[in-house]
Amino acid sequence: MSYVKPKFRHPNLPTNRRGYTVADYDGAISTLCAGCGHDSISAAIRNACFKSAIEPHRIAKVSGIGCSSKMPTYFLGKSHGFNSVHGRMPSVATGASLANRDLTYIGVSGDGDTASIGMGQFVHLVRRNLNMTYIVANNGCYGLTKGQDSATADIGSIAKGGAVNPFEGIDLASLALLQGASFVARSFSGDKGQLEPLIRAAMAHKGFAFIDVVSPCVTFNNHAGSTKSYAETREHLAPMPVDFVPMRDEITTTYDPGTTQAVTLHDGSVIHLQKAANGVKTDDRTAALLRMQEARDEGNILTGLMFLDPNQADLNQVLNLATTPLNKLGKDELCPGSKVLKSINEGLR
Amino acid sequence: MKPTNTTNPEYFHKVVDCQYACPAHTPVPAYIRAIAQERYSDAYMINWESNVFPGVLGRTCDRPCEPACRRGRVEEEPVAICRLKRVAADHKDDIRDRLPKAGAANGKKIALIGGGPASLTVARDLAPLGYELHLYDAQPRGGGFMRSEIPSFRLPEEVLEEEVGYVLDMGIHTHFNTYIDSMADMLTKGYDAIFVGCGAPRGRDLPNVPGREEGAENIHVGLDWLANVAFKHTAKIGKRVIVLGGGNTAMDCCRTSRRLGGEDVKVIVRSPFEDMKASPWEKEDAIHEGIPIIDNHVPLEFVVKDGKLVGMKFDKVEAKYDAEGRRSLISTGEDPVFVECDDVLIAIGQENAFPWIEKETGIRFTSWGTPIINDDETFQSTRKNVFFGGDAAFGPSNIITAGAHGHKAAVSIDLYCNGQDLEEDRPPPNVTLISQKMGIHEWSYDSIPVDDKRVAVPLVALEKALGDRDLEVELGFDPETAFVQAERCLNCDAQTVFTAPSCIECDACADICPTSCINFVENGTEDDLRPRLMVPAENAEQDLYVSDALATGKVLVKDEDVCLHCGLCAERCPTAAWDMQLFTYNTAKAAPNLVPGLEGL
Repeated sequence: MSYVKPKFRHPNLPTNRRGYTVADYDGAISTLCAGCGHDSISAAIRNACFKSAIEPHRIAKVSGIGCSSKMPTYFLGKSHGFNSVHGRMPSVATGASLANRDLTYIGVSGDGDTASIGMGQFVHLVRRNLNMTYIVANNGCYGLTKGQDSATADIGSIAKGGAVNPFEGIDLASLALLQGASFVARSFSGDKGQLEPLIRAAMAHKGFAFIDVVSPCVTFNNHAGSTKSYAETREHLAPMPVDFVPMRDEITTTYDPGTTQAVTLHDGSVIHLQKAANGVKTDDRTAALLRMQEARDEGNILTGLMFLDPNQADLNQVLNLATTPLNKLGKDELCPGSKVLKSINEGLR
Repeated sequence: MKPTNTTNPEYFHKVVDCQYACPAHTPVPAYIRAIAQERYSDAYMINWESNVFPGVLGRTCDRPCEPACRRGRVEEEPVAICRLKRVAADHKDDIRDRLPKAGAANGKKIALIGGGPASLTVARDLAPLGYELHLYDAQPRGGGFMRSEIPSFRLPEEVLEEEVGYVLDMGIHTHFNTYIDSMADMLTKGYDAIFVGCGAPRGRDLPNVPGREEGAENIHVGLDWLANVAFKHTAKIGKRVIVLGGGNTAMDCCRTSRRLGGEDVKVIVRSPFEDMKASPWEKEDAIHEGIPIIDNHVPLEFVVKDGKLVGMKFDKVEAKYDAEGRRSLISTGEDPVFVECDDVLIAIGQENAFPWIEKETGIRFTSWGTPIINDDETFQSTRKNVFFGGDAAFGPSNIITAGAHGHKAAVSIDLYCNGQDLEEDRPPPNVTLISQKMGIHEWSYDSIPVDDKRVAVPLVALEKALGDRDLEVELGFDPETAFVQAERCLNCDAQTVFTAPSCIECDACADICPTSCINFVENGTEDDLRPRLMVPAENAEQDLYVSDALATGKVLVKDEDVCLHCGLCAERCPTAAWDMQLFTYNTAKAAPNLVPGLEGL
């Protein structure tokens, strides 16, 4: 097996606004199984960062444990990264974000890391609206320990060993919506045309952006009877194509009137939702929940941008934290001394 | 686009750029792998089967393969293909027991006129089939221009002797020192077929330049002069020498002059330096030996004083190009430039000349003086039993082209002698396509390319080289350098073969491809697809590999241009829809399986 990628790149590789090529966003060669959906998500993140021209050293990747959480090694080799404890990535992301709010935070987690061991941390992260992008590579099984059903496995889905899953699967996107997330999307690893603009929009969004990505486990969950195989996902996919136009770019694509919905983000960039004519509204949380539940009842996988509130206050604003992030504060501000402590104590008497 | 038809061997043949560009289609990556594995004899035999003169070509080939080499599109320099060929010749064992022997007599007699690479290739290809082969040459030894025009400091005589010997030892009847002066006469001697491989033997002269006649004693036609040096009739030249011309013969003339007493040797050429016909490396070699190349100078006059040549006058010109890129040399209007000299060598080209082929033989010629030949497959002339090849066929070219002609002419002669049709019954190339998968993620070749740069072949010290006409200037690669240089080969014959029905469109191949060749897109016309790919496919000479429609309706489009053949697409493919398959392509020879045991190397 090759454990290095050749150094040669296409000599005509295009550059982005910052002068980087997509190769500048590459990571180490993947050690995941050949054909793993997660590798496609890695490539989508790489491409999204390249296209949005975010400088690699202005990005921080955080993850927990699992196949999914190995992913950050395989993209953005020149960015900051923290591979944390199982299910505890939200704590690390929160701390990092408070210390340095200028970076773009990309959290990568899996169905086990988020929906089982990390569930407690996850729901709290959602309700705090931390400014980050949180991607779940969702394959419905524990690939790293030979494919046992995970908490997101759909009821009735058949495991590779033949056992039928008797439990209702946790729908992370609905859960995030219920807990008040300001950006909720779902996509499929095999649909980069939709996934890339969603990731770009998520990174541009100021607040917590959650993307649940169906990502087939090619080794343990890609057989007949699995509801998260490549074939089954494609068959039941109900995608909503998405375009992302950053603030600086001119809008060149034209759409038939009434077929798209445009949502403007805080930084001035615009998301275009196609096929939105049939009454889809991204600013209606209840309607979004209803649509997702209906699709689920019909056995379909609804993908696209489900809900977006670009104006919801993020954690820094809610807590009214100092405008200067922690890493920019000096010793004197962080530790103002006994005199200040005394005055605080006086105020409490 | 329609799905690519990979069952047509020409598709994958074109992907192996070096082999495709080689007139003889020598399987380059196969012998380079053998060199990397220190299997020098195998590497030599792969070459010998294909081009008959590996040792000669490893020093002198015009190497059309190298500008074509994919490595040159991925980084700065192509693989040192030519000099690796020499490594195989230098380091091989005694291979004589692997050479084919003359076959049992089949009762057919063939005459070969000219003892150069084309005739010798025909002889090599036909001898194992039992033909009685008679080779005629005006010179005392075989080799043709390989002997008379290539100086021995570039091609040592023993290398030539060895490889010419391998052919002649197959029971060829040689008639040296025999100039054929009548084709009509040859046709009465009972040969079943005659092959003409006499080269383009007439060096161009400048008969109309004033002073040519008066200074004749010190003005030489380069081609003849080189032959005289080779056969030791000439051993000296004046101290100041002007070489006229910008081709490889001019380079050989000037470098030989430096070794025969020429101290102030100049090459003076009409055209701009960049337009010169000489290969870049031959120009570099001349400059390295202290020979200035003066371009944009058109000869006006040979200046003769008291019956002796004293110099030449030139008109300074500028090259102007019209809209179609046609060049004209316009005088700058300055005074003529006078250059002193003792001798002039004219190396401005060569021509075909067949004064010995009579009209009544039925062999007809074009207005350029070349024979009218059926096409560039059969090499049959307007007289059915006479065939041409090498420089004699289409005018001056090079050794490897002569060899390629020889193979095709030999096939034609064999078909003709057996009463078969030269076109309908032509054998196809010998092609195989075999998976190189060894384990789950392992290939039988070094798939990940190394980063090493090309290095130049070491030379002997300049002073030493100029002091000895027979001392070979290039030392050749040592085995360690050869290994690294061989590893630079991208193994383009390890083909990426795609099976559409197995693909689940997981994108793993497109994501991993280091050079962004692989795309899954909506189909369209070629003009529509090329700019739409991840990196637009701007090199129109390189094909797009398009699959059948996949489950989502998209197609795979692979731009062959800068594919590294690293196999990562196939390694990352969960369903083995991609496979790396070794493609072998050997042009048809008159005698198939000339060298047993080379299959699958």
